[in-house]
Amino acid sequence: MLGWLQSLGRIGLDFFERLGRGHLFVMRVLAGVPSVLLHPSLIVAQIYSVGVLSLVIIVVSGLNVGMVLGLQMYNTLVDFGAETTLGPVVALSLVRELGPVVAGLLFAGRAGSALTAEIGLMKATEQLSGMEMMAVDPIKRIVAPRFIAGLFSMPLLAAMFSAVGILGGYFVGVGLLGIDDGAFWSQMQAKVDLHEDVLNGVIKSIVFGVVITWIAVFEGYDAVPTTEGVSRATTNTVVYASLAVLGLDFVLTALMFGS
Amino acid sequence: MGNNRIIEIVVGIFVALGIASLFMLAMKVSNLSSLGADEGYEIQARFDNIGGLKVMSPVSVGGVRIGRVVAIDFDQQTYEAVVRMIIDPDYDRLPKDTSASIFTAGLLGEQYVSLEPGADESYLRAGDKLLLTQSSLVMEQIIGQFLFGKAEGSGE
Repeated sequence: MLGWLQSLGRIGLDFFERLGRGHLFVMRVLAGVPSVLLHPSLIVAQIYSVGVLSLVIIVVSGLNVGMVLGLQMYNTLVDFGAETTLGPVVALSLVRELGPVVAGLLFAGRAGSALTAEIGLMKATEQLSGMEMMAVDPIKRIVAPRFIAGLFSMPLLAAMFSAVGILGGYFVGVGLLGIDDGAFWSQMQAKVDLHEDVLNGVIKSIVFGVVITWIAVFEGYDAVPTTEGVSRATTNTVVYASLAVLGLDFVLTALMFGS
Repeated sequence: MGNNRIIEIVVGIFVALGIASLFMLAMKVSNLSSLGADEGYEIQARFDNIGGLKVMSPVSVGGVRIGRVVAIDFDQQTYEAVVRMIIDPDYDRLPKDTSASIFTAGLLGEQYVSLEPGADESYLRAGDKLLLTQSSLVMEQIIGQFLFGKAEGSGE
């Protein structure tokens, strides 16, 4: 019984210790941000590897999600003769929920895991220690540009996901199923509000971008510097970041659209 | 150096695409272009029954949208619903005796306030009240009246 309690206590202490280290870490990263902004080429290179290389999977998934939404919603809506509301249905579900969330999950899998593996391997091969020996702060040189690139790329990727998804829904609804072109867009514009829906979706994607990139760089920087440690850290990034996105999405949805 | 240049160009395209998507969401998907927001003057109308009217519902004259509903309250003295709406400042020549009705767009569509201009010489100003109103048609009442009428008719 006591042993069981002890192990529970250890798990709790470990959890809070990591949480605390994560927060101290992000403070140091934020403190390093101003000096990185003076070297934009570092950030540009990271936006390329974090954002641009995620573009294909985001666009393809967005297109497919939009087309499937269009197809499935049409089947239900046509029974009520309300198939022209396909526009608002597709747009609202993408802009409010699916865009930020699915883009966030894909971003965690595609970019987050790469960030963790890269930083973790740098640590395992003692490149980070080498930098410290040369009086280069690895947090400023390595972590901060990746952090900025991640939180900058994520809202753009989520917006592209939503936009491409709406085009996919348009393609299926208007192109294949023959809904009226004008009704599709005008009903969408009547129902989707810029502040209520689009802006809240963007806020969501910014929050997800911060959380995913934070988890990814922290897991990499905090990884046990062995082959096994790096692989575990990469797995942790994808699992924790995905859970964080889904959990935060519920909280944010309740705050934004709840009342 | 050439490699670096290509990366910068590709990142530039990426950022431009992202901003273009945001722009599309703002202009094409949402109602930014037709918003006109909170400007305009406020008028008030009292209804016995507002049906499914909601805040943000459109206010139109002859089918043209000229404003929106901003607040719906219930007056406990007169037991009427008080609907306050904001009218676009461009449409400032509505006669004082304009009447308001609540209609439904289509069979299952949303409800909106339709204004019917009167013949008065003076125009509505901010804070004015519309005196002539017609309540929302509630489907159950219409069906009830129809069935009642049918029953009466068959009795003769």
